[in-house]
Amino acid sequence: MAAVDKGNETPRIVLVGSPNVGKSSLFNELTGTYTTVSNYPGTSVEISRGHCDIAGIRYEVLDTPGMYSLMPISEEEKVARDILLNETPHVVIHVIDARNVERMLPMTLQLVEAGLPMMLVINIMDEAERLGIRIDFPALRERLGIPVIAAATARRRGLQEIRQAIGNQDFDIGTPFSYSPDLEDDIREISSCFHGKYRLSRRSLALLLLQKDQHIQELVSDGEAQLAEPLMECVKKVAFARRSDLHLHISLERKRITRNLLSGALTQEEGRKPSLSDRLSSLTMNPWTGFPFLLATLYFGLYKFVGGFGAGTVVDFLESTLFESYLIPWLIDLGDRFLPWYWLHELLVGEYGIFTLAIRYAVAIVLPIVGTFFLAFSIIEDTGYFPRLAMLVDRIFKNIGLNGRAVIPLVLGFGCDTMATIVTRTLETVRERIIATVLLALAIPCSAQLGVILGLLSSVPGALAVWTLSMVLVFLLIGLLAARLVPGEQPMFYMEIPPLRMPQLRNVITKTLTRMQWYFVEIFPLFIIASVLLWAGKLSGALSWVVKGMEPVMTMLGLPSQAAAAFIFGFFRRDFGAAGLYDMQTSGLLTPVQLTVAAVTLTLFVPCVAQFLVMNKERGWKVSFGIFIFVTLLAFAVGWLLNKVLLFTAVLS
Amino acid sequence: MKLSEKAEEILEALWIATEEEGENAAHFQTLGVGPGDDGLCELDRLAYIDIRGERVYLRQEGREEAKMTVRRHRLAERLMMDVLDIKGASGDAKACEFEHLLHQGVDTKICTLLNHPTTCPHGKPIPPGKCCLEAQARGEAGVVPLTEVNAGQQGEIAYLSVTDPKKMQKLMSLGVLPGNQLRLARTFPAYVFTVGNSEFAIDEDLAREIFIRKI
Repeated sequence: MAAVDKGNETPRIVLVGSPNVGKSSLFNELTGTYTTVSNYPGTSVEISRGHCDIAGIRYEVLDTPGMYSLMPISEEEKVARDILLNETPHVVIHVIDARNVERMLPMTLQLVEAGLPMMLVINIMDEAERLGIRIDFPALRERLGIPVIAAATARRRGLQEIRQAIGNQDFDIGTPFSYSPDLEDDIREISSCFHGKYRLSRRSLALLLLQKDQHIQELVSDGEAQLAEPLMECVKKVAFARRSDLHLHISLERKRITRNLLSGALTQEEGRKPSLSDRLSSLTMNPWTGFPFLLATLYFGLYKFVGGFGAGTVVDFLESTLFESYLIPWLIDLGDRFLPWYWLHELLVGEYGIFTLAIRYAVAIVLPIVGTFFLAFSIIEDTGYFPRLAMLVDRIFKNIGLNGRAVIPLVLGFGCDTMATIVTRTLETVRERIIATVLLALAIPCSAQLGVILGLLSSVPGALAVWTLSMVLVFLLIGLLAARLVPGEQPMFYMEIPPLRMPQLRNVITKTLTRMQWYFVEIFPLFIIASVLLWAGKLSGALSWVVKGMEPVMTMLGLPSQAAAAFIFGFFRRDFGAAGLYDMQTSGLLTPVQLTVAAVTLTLFVPCVAQFLVMNKERGWKVSFGIFIFVTLLAFAVGWLLNKVLLFTAVLS
Repeated sequence: MKLSEKAEEILEALWIATEEEGENAAHFQTLGVGPGDDGLCELDRLAYIDIRGERVYLRQEGREEAKMTVRRHRLAERLMMDVLDIKGASGDAKACEFEHLLHQGVDTKICTLLNHPTTCPHGKPIPPGKCCLEAQARGEAGVVPLTEVNAGQQGEIAYLSVTDPKKMQKLMSLGVLPGNQLRLARTFPAYVFTVGNSEFAIDEDLAREIFIRKI
């Protein structure tokens, strides 16, 4: 590891802390840029970087994923800890929740112990004060030996003080607190075996080694080179002697120190009455009231707002009025007049043209649907409802090999499966990630597709019910099978339940815009590429050749041969495919049975290009190709079966 | 006078059939014996049971002995699961062997060690012994897994019996540490509790590994 140098690089500020304490909101306030602020743990899976200027000096600010202690358990925590191992900070700002100082202060102790330049921000003071919590800041500052600042970043309280503290101080390294004498002896014994230079203190490394932190073991083996052997021997000896209760012993020691630090400095009034939010919270967690509440949320949030308003009103206006009546005819007219070359005319304003297909789809159909979905999602997310939902469905999800936590990526999948596939990272075991990825690829339609399919099927009575039933059955069947077939450990469920809050307008808008921006940047180019590929396919004749190749499959499903094109489009964008069916439906080419079979097959059929690429990135080529082939075969098999069943039972005829 | 293992098994099955499943007697088949069975004869000699045709009745004289046999079996199960950490079928099998060793005060000692548990790992009641009644009279607080605390009750976290170090670490970093106060809000569909000012939800498997000293 490189020697520690401060050099003349931009000084860095690193924000660390448990999930859901307001790191991201502090980051936003400091840098003026926006990251997503959530009311559920595990949204910041990546590190955000931004800049801020304080007293004429430019600082780089790093926002890390939530971490509970210096010893990481999950992927996100590892990402956060790596920052501390690899970056040389001007200051590490530990952000904690004023309502849970006693629980979170042990990590402050660990950071001080690691020899990092520190500042402690006690955030969410407003809510703590409402709970009757009083904190004596001067006392705490004195006892901890580092700057301690009161803040409520969501209400912009304490920001001035934080900036001032960053600008004023050349941060001293705090003095670590002592554990019980026996533990101190062990730490001394191990620390004396170190020879290399590290960013974290030897004391801290010794404790992490004792707790069998694998990453630190590798780091130290590298750092010590040939001297690693005696050190590891020493660690093994001590670890064995303390095998029964080391973790607990260390935690209890930290708890003791925390208690001493807080004695007299933190008080809380007793006997608070349950608030309205507490009562509402327990209603959402009681299955008898919770499930009706969930259905109401789905009905108003998803069906009415996204389906009705987004996919209906807004799309109608943009697509039928703006694009179909004004923009597209105008563009085609321009093309006819100024583009004598057939190929260029086709590329820009032809059947699969960039303007007539890609931009129209992206702006007039997909954006309103995805936008309204993200808005609804952000509002629900900001209230803190999702952890309650996770708790409510945990038992059900256990049957499909997941735990309640998976509800977040799966719900997000209804917005955008690509984004949801990235978020499966927050699940703890590889097994859960694979199962969630398969279910997302297979049975969760994204909002764009959902919007088009709702519009498509609502004209045929019964079709929507058959489609929904098919999706639910496939989802459960594959989930049940996956739970039995995918190897790996059983999931375990634990989750912190944040208080229910009124969503904050600024937060909700920021989140929605960030997600829409992400979506547009990631997905928009793919629309253009898809449209260019289709154009090339049409001109070269390759498209009609592929469509011909697919015809026997279509016949097998009882579909007209033209439907093949919709399936090929479907790979470029899930909703492209569905929109293709829409065109066929309006020209009266499909019977109700054919329409339903096509919609079901298309929904199950392969994920779009973007989702496939993300699957590769997250799960590796082997797994994602396996999923790809499995999903394709299953989609057509289900389509075939559904066609037979529908024809046989004559349900939709 | 110590009963044979076979006789103890019969008494146990007879107790479960008559006391817990509401029968008035148990058929040979239920007990898994034939008419000339040694264990059956032994019990008959002691006048613990009556045999009429193929049905066996538990007599007043045999009730106390039968109750204690069931108690020993279920204590053995608790011991296997909570202390020795042998779960599932192998735990049940070992408990079946072990129960016959719990005589002459050994059961009392184990019951005290386990802090007078009231149910076996399968949720069946453990008939209280003298030691349990005495402890109750002294008003001793019991240590029970979180799964046996009722919603709305609170207590102090006594210890964690979590074997997986990652799980342990997670719980501790959430503030689930011995000595902290815990209040259970609900038990279904998941266990929801508050420690300090934070609320948590965990599943039943994890709840079974957190032990609470009731107040």
